[in-house]
Amino acid sequence: MAKETDSCVKPAGGPIAKAVPEGQKTSTQQEIQMTTARVGHEAPDFEASAFIKGVGFKNIKLSDYRGKWVVLCFYPGDFTFV
Amino acid sequence: MLSVSTDSRFVHKMWQEHELSKMVDGGVPFPMLSDGGGRIGSVYGVYEEAAGVDVRGRFIIDPNGTVLAMEVLTPEVGRNVSELIRQIKAFQHVQATGEVTPSGWQPGKHALKPGPELVGKVWQEWKEEMAFD
Repeated sequence: MAKETDSCVKPAGGPIAKAVPEGQKTSTQQEIQMTTARVGHEAPDFEASAFIKGVGFKNIKLSDYRGKWVVLCFYPGDFTFV
Repeated sequence: MLSVSTDSRFVHKMWQEHELSKMVDGGVPFPMLSDGGGRIGSVYGVYEEAAGVDVRGRFIIDPNGTVLAMEVLTPEVGRNVSELIRQIKAFQHVQATGEVTPSGWQPGKHALKPGPELVGKVWQEWKEEMAFD
């Protein structure tokens, strides 16, 4: 198997919109619900490039973690103070 | 545990190797995700466009992929990890037992069985001092 290479730019999907079944109309309210994180609702899926200690660089999807408890933590930036 | 900021994966690697590994024995073990452009942060309501960063936002997501809790802070104040763990244990208790956890609940403390019999009788089951550790 070819060794996976990395380059300066590695696209990652970002937010992954949920497919609406063909022919089904959605209201604006439903569209907001599908694309905004809200308690009690499905977490919007996404793909991001990541660094993992001992593994290296890897693209990761939130949906890879189905079946596990996930804590998703956003923070303002590496090397900041808090 | 997944951490996310607008930094690139290259910066995550440097931060892990040059600083985090000196704070946490062995470095942080979880994936450090990159949200360049803030598209993921926008969906989660934490992207601050003026500064180009994701503010401090924490989401608890259960094994079904449902968001159970969110906490968003301006950047100057850090999080309380004990409270995060308490909330996860509370959600797990609720899912395992069908009970509900009143204010101040900790593992081992009294939880409530919701139902018609409890209406108007919570005062018998829960007292003010139970709100505190």
